[in-house]
Amino acid sequence: MPIESQHEKGSDIIGLKAGLEIHQQLDTKTKLFCNCPTTLRDKKDTILAFSRYLRASKSEMGKVDEAARAEEQYGRTIIYKGYDSTCLVEYDEEPPRELNREAIAISLEVALLLNMNPIDGIHTMRKIVIDGSNTCGFQRTALVATGGLLSTEEGPVRVDSLCLEEDAAQKLEAEGEAVVYSLDRLGIPLVEICTAPDIKTAEQAVKVAEQLGMILRSTGNVKRGLGTIRQDVNVSIEGGARVELKGVQNLRLIGEIVNNEVVRQLKLIELKSELNKRCAKVEHEIKDLAAIFGVTTSRVIKKAGGAVFGVCLRGFAGVLGTEIQPGRRFGTELADFAIKFGAGLMHTDELPAYGITAEEVEHLKRTFDATEDDCVVIVAADEERATKALKAVLMRAETAMQEIPKETRRALPNGSSAYMRPLPGAARMYPETDVPPVEIEDAWLEYIRANLPETFEHRKERYKAKFGLNDELADKISRNSNFALFERIMESYGDVPVTLVVRTLTDTLVEFMQEGLDVVQLTDLHFLDVFKQLSANTFGKEAVPDILKFVANKPDLSIATAIDEIGLKSDTGEIEQLIDGIVNSKKEFIREKGERAVGPLMGVAMKELRGKVDGELINRLLLEKVKRVLENG
Amino acid sequence: MQKFVDGDRIRLKKETNNAIYEGVVMPTASRDIVIKLDSGYNIGIRPENVELDVINSAGSLKGEIKTEIRAVKEGLPLLSILSTGGTIASKVDYRTGAVSPQFSTDDILDAIPELGEIANIRGKVVYSILSENMRAEYWRKLAREVYNEINDGADGIIVTHGTDTMGYTAAALSFMVQTPVPVVLVGSQRSSDRPSSDAAMNAICTAKVACSDIAEVVVVMHGSTSDDFCLIHRGTKVRKLHTSARAAFQSVNDIPIGKVYYDARDIEGMRFEFDATYIKRAEKELELRDKFEDKCGLIKYCPGADPAILDFFISQGYKGIVLEGTGLGHVSADWIPSVARAIKDGVPVVMTSQCLYGSICDRVYDTGRDLLHAGLIEGADMLPETALVKLMWVLGQTIEMAEVRRLMHENIAGEITARRGLIHI
Repeated sequence: MPIESQHEKGSDIIGLKAGLEIHQQLDTKTKLFCNCPTTLRDKKDTILAFSRYLRASKSEMGKVDEAARAEEQYGRTIIYKGYDSTCLVEYDEEPPRELNREAIAISLEVALLLNMNPIDGIHTMRKIVIDGSNTCGFQRTALVATGGLLSTEEGPVRVDSLCLEEDAAQKLEAEGEAVVYSLDRLGIPLVEICTAPDIKTAEQAVKVAEQLGMILRSTGNVKRGLGTIRQDVNVSIEGGARVELKGVQNLRLIGEIVNNEVVRQLKLIELKSELNKRCAKVEHEIKDLAAIFGVTTSRVIKKAGGAVFGVCLRGFAGVLGTEIQPGRRFGTELADFAIKFGAGLMHTDELPAYGITAEEVEHLKRTFDATEDDCVVIVAADEERATKALKAVLMRAETAMQEIPKETRRALPNGSSAYMRPLPGAARMYPETDVPPVEIEDAWLEYIRANLPETFEHRKERYKAKFGLNDELADKISRNSNFALFERIMESYGDVPVTLVVRTLTDTLVEFMQEGLDVVQLTDLHFLDVFKQLSANTFGKEAVPDILKFVANKPDLSIATAIDEIGLKSDTGEIEQLIDGIVNSKKEFIREKGERAVGPLMGVAMKELRGKVDGELINRLLLEKVKRVLENG
Repeated sequence: MQKFVDGDRIRLKKETNNAIYEGVVMPTASRDIVIKLDSGYNIGIRPENVELDVINSAGSLKGEIKTEIRAVKEGLPLLSILSTGGTIASKVDYRTGAVSPQFSTDDILDAIPELGEIANIRGKVVYSILSENMRAEYWRKLAREVYNEINDGADGIIVTHGTDTMGYTAAALSFMVQTPVPVVLVGSQRSSDRPSSDAAMNAICTAKVACSDIAEVVVVMHGSTSDDFCLIHRGTKVRKLHTSARAAFQSVNDIPIGKVYYDARDIEGMRFEFDATYIKRAEKELELRDKFEDKCGLIKYCPGADPAILDFFISQGYKGIVLEGTGLGHVSADWIPSVARAIKDGVPVVMTSQCLYGSICDRVYDTGRDLLHAGLIEGADMLPETALVKLMWVLGQTIEMAEVRRLMHENIAGEITARRGLIHI
């Protein structure tokens, strides 16, 4: 069956359940637990670096979290880069300050917009994360609200939780056994919103993400731009497992990610039964294979100093070569595990290739007594790393015969995903004793409730009702950051065409930007003035873009001067003269056509007057004068 | 409302908005009911207008207790770890969320298994107190324990200690125990329940030092903000110079004895770098000299300070006073009569400097010369707290003023540096 069409069996049959986790940075003045600014820095401006190690510690219940344990095995050195805008709190050299109240207020606002119930007392927790993205080895997070609801066409989606968290440090590079993080992002407040697994289709997932994004933006207090919002998706299907897909950068990719994960799980279920049918078996003996590759042309092996180790997966032939996601085979899954230990992985499903000859492959197979049904997996790395890598690979291969593993995966730009770590459990969470709990007083909550921003949905409906806008235009302007300006223009100059105002504030500005015009020069006052003059009938509405373009280049000019300079000023006397001239020269045509002559004459007049005078005015004057000609015989 | 206790699993319904929460009751100092949800999050709920059901009661929530018998490894040295309440092997209490010390040998090796590769470990809790509650009688008890452990064949002693007063304890042990083996004090600036804790690296470096041939009382702590090396500080020269940073401990008026590198992170690959000479293993006989005069005071002089402060100490029966003066070792001229009176009454007064760096020299200015004339004892380049501990120890050995003066001027445990280079500042 072609890989794309598998999931089209329908979500009911495959039992797709998906939930979304949205992380949105807040635009606060300072970070969540210190007084550093929330600005990202040019990585060239770093002023210091230091290195650390992290080790998995036990939770308050005396358990070590699985994900933390897995991460600890890789034993990486973590290098941190600091700036003049970071402090001892980010360096884990000073206790955190109290929770940032501005950030609490914004998260309460979002919670109320999502119809959630805020918690009375907010307790900051430590969520163990030891990949190095947090200097202290945990992310500080606090549950702020629960029990929200979103409505979608496909049905309601529950919003389980809203947490206020600190953002993690940004990974710059991983070089060998060291990983480098930049500390400018660490500690920026963000809200994490999790929905219940109520989403049943990929399309619904996209819509829910869009709706959440709109609500967040409506507060006006969230950061905008690349990397300020990150989406994770949880996906499970019947017979599969719950898998968390992390870091979907682009909203449009969500649908694809969900579909590809469904395909991956379906494929893994197929592989599982195939392997069981074949009575496949994983052999745990790791063999030193350096002798085979003494004079190899493989660059990977040469780079590892000729060290090669391998294992044999009995009955796995063809399985590693099976595509389970676009561009990713089951072998790629196994390679994800090996690369965590810095070891490159190759297997006989894909060999000879990569500079490894058919002869060497034969030799490999002989070493393991491998038949056509078997697959030999090799890694090029020193003994310690190779052993750890192969053990992880063997474990994953064994799991393939038993179940679909619950895991956290990293979303890739092409819509597929790679293995990251096991799914973390509740053992990763314990109280942050350095941060006192925060009481949410009723008065504070009521103040926020009374000052909630209007949602896009509400604004859109209001615009439709009040200004008679159609759905498309109402939608466009209510989502636009210029919506407030739009309302001011309509309040002051209600007689100008509303469609024109919306188009000007949306499409026209986009066109200007595409043309490379410096639209930042245009202030609210410019727009208000243009429509004031239009309302006073000083020029024709077709000229609005020209005037704005003119002013964008000469922002010191007033709109009135601009109209003068472009030569748009409509002197009624002049216009009448011009129209008189047209009418007089076409008297015969008028007598012949009667009032129907107005249409063709309109075209002639517009050629002369476009932009200077409103079309309707020309039409009115023409009609008057045509009538007069007809009356006078 | 149904009665409940910490650890019970309860369900709460808020009447105001019908929100329902279920979780395990956690201990709290606030008036809210605090529960841990299944997601791991703790939340606070106001006890008014709630319906509460106890789902099941506490008891099933105990953390796992792991017991594992560890065999003694032939060929490895024997280290004795004495705990005084430090956080090296502490755990978070799942009920209170507080960090509490746990100190069986298994607990230590559970937390830091690498120690088992370095030595055979014997653990003992001497007492469990916060370092700020330390006092002279605890120093004596600790000195005796160190002495006993060495007598019992320990090849090295590790003392885990809260960092706040670790410098004082290190100085006290330096004077009280003449040791043929390393005696190493260690603490941590980040509690061991966090993955970034400095406890493990400090402890591993400490174990290395405790197996080395440095037969002195030393403090081993992070040398920088990175997890790259620990500094080995002489116990009489070390001071906590930062409230929270890892590299808080620095040697003042002396270079550290050396460094122990952790950057490779494998026990085999750890190496030493020595910058100063030190007393070697078995060079000195084991000796306990734990007589101490507890009633000594440290007075910090500040501009305008009233000499009645000193008079008060004398009237309270203090047997020795260390002054922390300004600059080269001064107090205002109106203190001189009080200083003279104290000394005349047989109470030695020792001058140290609040500059910390540099030596006392009261021969330069008039006030200084007047103080010397009054019988003041110059504290050389000793840290004020080291001078205090030393004076307490000296007064335990003799009360004869001339002998006190001689001992205070003599370098007994590395507390006085003969030559000072341009270091640190």
